[in-house]
Amino acid sequence: MSKAVLTPEQQEFQEYARRWLAENAPPPPPERLPITAIEVMTVGQRDYLQAWQRKCYDAGLVGADYPTEYGGGGHEGFQRIANMELGRAKVPFLINIVGLNMAAPTILVHGTEAQKEKFIPGCLSGDEIWCQGFSEPGAGSDMANQQTSAVPDGDDWIVNGHKVWTSLGHFAKWMILITRTSKDHKYDGLTYFLCPIEGHDGVTVRPLVKITGEAGFNEVFFEDARVPDAYRLDDVGKGWTVAMTTLTYERGAAESAGSGGGESVHPTQRLIELARDTWRDGECAADDPVTRDAIMQRAIVAEGMRQNGRRARVEALCDHPMRLPLQQKLTSSEFVQDNARVGVDIAGAKSTLYKLDERAPSKGYWPLAYMNSYGHTIAAGTNEIQRNILGERVLGLPKSK
Amino acid sequence: MAEKNAAPKDFGFGEDEAMLRDLARKFLDEQLPVETLRRLVAEAPEPIYDEGERARWDEALWKEIVELGWTGLAVGEEEGGAGISLVGIAGVVEEVGRHALPSPLIPTLSASLVLREAGGPVARTILERIAQGATASLAITGERGSWDPDAPALEAREDGDTIVLDGMACFVQDAFKADVLIASARLGGDVVLCAVEAGAAGLTIDADHIHDLTRDQATLRFDGVRVGGDAVVSREALGALRKAWPGLLVLVTADLCGTSEWQLQTTVEYARQRTQFDRQIGFFQAVKHPLVDAMVEIDRAKSLLYHAACEIDRGSEEAETAARMAKSAASDAGAFISDRSVQLHGGIGFTWECDVHIYFKRSLHNQVLFGDGVHQRKKLAETLIGPIG
Ligand SMILES: Cc1cc2nc3c(=O)[nH]c(=O)nc-3n(C[C@H](O)[C@H](O)[C@H](O)COP(=O)(O)OP(=O)(O)OC[C@H]3O[C@@H](n4cnc5c(N)ncnc54)[C@H](O)[C@@H]3O)c2cc1C
Repeated sequence: MSKAVLTPEQQEFQEYARRWLAENAPPPPPERLPITAIEVMTVGQRDYLQAWQRKCYDAGLVGADYPTEYGGGGHEGFQRIANMELGRAKVPFLINIVGLNMAAPTILVHGTEAQKEKFIPGCLSGDEIWCQGFSEPGAGSDMANQQTSAVPDGDDWIVNGHKVWTSLGHFAKWMILITRTSKDHKYDGLTYFLCPIEGHDGVTVRPLVKITGEAGFNEVFFEDARVPDAYRLDDVGKGWTVAMTTLTYERGAAESAGSGGGESVHPTQRLIELARDTWRDGECAADDPVTRDAIMQRAIVAEGMRQNGRRARVEALCDHPMRLPLQQKLTSSEFVQDNARVGVDIAGAKSTLYKLDERAPSKGYWPLAYMNSYGHTIAAGTNEIQRNILGERVLGLPKSK
Repeated sequence: MAEKNAAPKDFGFGEDEAMLRDLARKFLDEQLPVETLRRLVAEAPEPIYDEGERARWDEALWKEIVELGWTGLAVGEEEGGAGISLVGIAGVVEEVGRHALPSPLIPTLSASLVLREAGGPVARTILERIAQGATASLAITGERGSWDPDAPALEAREDGDTIVLDGMACFVQDAFKADVLIASARLGGDVVLCAVEAGAAGLTIDADHIHDLTRDQATLRFDGVRVGGDAVVSREALGALRKAWPGLLVLVTADLCGTSEWQLQTTVEYARQRTQFDRQIGFFQAVKHPLVDAMVEIDRAKSLLYHAACEIDRGSEEAETAARMAKSAASDAGAFISDRSVQLHGGIGFTWECDVHIYFKRSLHNQVLFGDGVHQRKKLAETLIGPIG
């Protein structure tokens, strides 16, 4: 039987989720929401989104497949359905993206019983926001080149170092943190911690401004910050293996919890509307064959992504189990970027008008989305790195390292 | 477009379809390994198409294919065919493309789809013949090579009980292997569809000299070819042609997906084994990354292919849109992997000795059949954006 067919319980859950979302979609936000969770920067946005995640969690739409002893719903195959319904309902996204999609699944695989009980419920409910301390000034694509050190001291570790590009760091209570515990081995010298951030002694969070001019992410400084050994995830020296688990979830190769809507209009439809409203050289942009072709190219990629997602669940139509899932990050981020770029091109002279200009098409959405899109093609491993991974893991080409 | 994708579906590709596809793969793996294909189509450096000569194909292999019932895949069970869904057929045709099988299979399946849409007793009789192994091809494209069902190839006039056909039908696929040709012609304000036997009086078949070694193509001259009532499939065939069109696109798309997958795998294999600068060339990102990009494009085409076939099987109104998207994606993916497959083989890739040229040419041919990527997007835009002006 095909995996796509739902059991009676799943079907019932789907109907419930659909109904609940229709009845409980939140009122409009007090201020414009960012396009993705990693860009949440104001307290107002945070409060609004945190309340929404809590509500979804209480309704059973978040953490549905987690064991009940860790605050989950204890079901099987429910979360994918919830994700789909969240996406379809065009409701706001879930804010605790790092907690939900990276920390919780990693802790579930590598954590002790006590760690699972302590940390997972807050990830699911969104009450405790998490951030990710992987990147450093000298450790980006070469992620194993960590310099932030952790030195044992009694039952604690003393952490010193500098993390960058930390999304949500300014709201985070916890961080998933990779440190160097031995200089003798590059990969085996790493250790993974669940590190307290908010109000923690020796931890300073400093916001960084993005290319868009908006506050975006942070850098985090550790100066003799104490972390109890009880917060070490898995063995000393096993940090790289644990980080790989996190990355598998982060890059969307394994399914975890939902992200919800965000985009309220189909992206290609948005381009078509822009073209209809734009006059260039005395002609409607929607009549220009080059513009039409560019929009249709985007439409085909968008439809291709949707059908890839559908095909990925039909085993007989997939040559390699990771072939489609690993493409997801590459194709979706490039789609977002190309789509925004086409929007900028169509808007022409008006694409120079930015957010605060009254005459800016779609309130400056196109240049904003275009600039923001580099967040997608760089974060969570650049697309060059994704191509390496696909070439090596799926096509079996020799490793670059 | 958004709504129907929300629920997970399986494209209607179940166990039966998978079994049929796997059987096709196994059969062609055994019967047509690339060494055999090479011997069959590429033995002589300059292929010579004599007038009336059938392009190289293995008639013994074709007999086995007929016995497997492949000619009848798109023929309904009532007419003695297998009545397989288009999704199932796409699986088989992908294998046919992957093995670059020289055969009249795709034209015969195409003709079957048109005949099925046309319906009626004449169509039924021909479909019965096809199910029993007869071959067919479509003669529906005129001299200008229009990619449009509304532009029939020929002129027709009535003469008592008969219809007389005049003009030229061009780019007719595997015409020399076809027992019967399904021709479209303008008759007053209508488009008629006639079945013309390969040996009909007044019909001349001239071979086109084409680059693709795995098929033949011909220009058909109709000099007062007379067909009686028993050969007139339909007097108002435009609807049938338009309805069948997405299916025709799907067949070419499936073949393209198959050739592209072969090109990708073969080039990856070469990149893993060929050494330069003391390394396998696949180590270099200038080689690795384009192969990944090709995989991404091929996968997009494949997913769109199954979506399109599924929409056609469902009789959905979105069928044409889905098929055009699939053909556009497959044409572009085919062009890209064809380019990389030759380039990344280096000098050997530029020669007649290296098998990639066989696939390069079959793909190049398929990229334009029924309209290239740009054409499909032009038609798509008319639907999704609206007509110009
Ligand atoms: C919006 C945003 C949010 C982020 N959020 C977080 C976060 O929350 N937590 C966190 O830890 N990190 C975060 N990051 C950091 C992100 O993971 C890194 O920026 C990314 O991994 C790239 O590292 P780098 O910036 O050091 O670039 P570099 O590694 O210096 O790369 C520079 C260029 O060289 C290329 N390159 C490098 N190595 C190779 C190679 N082997 N082959 C081919 N090309 C190569 C890269 O692709 C890139 O084009 C975020 C980044 C962004 C943009």
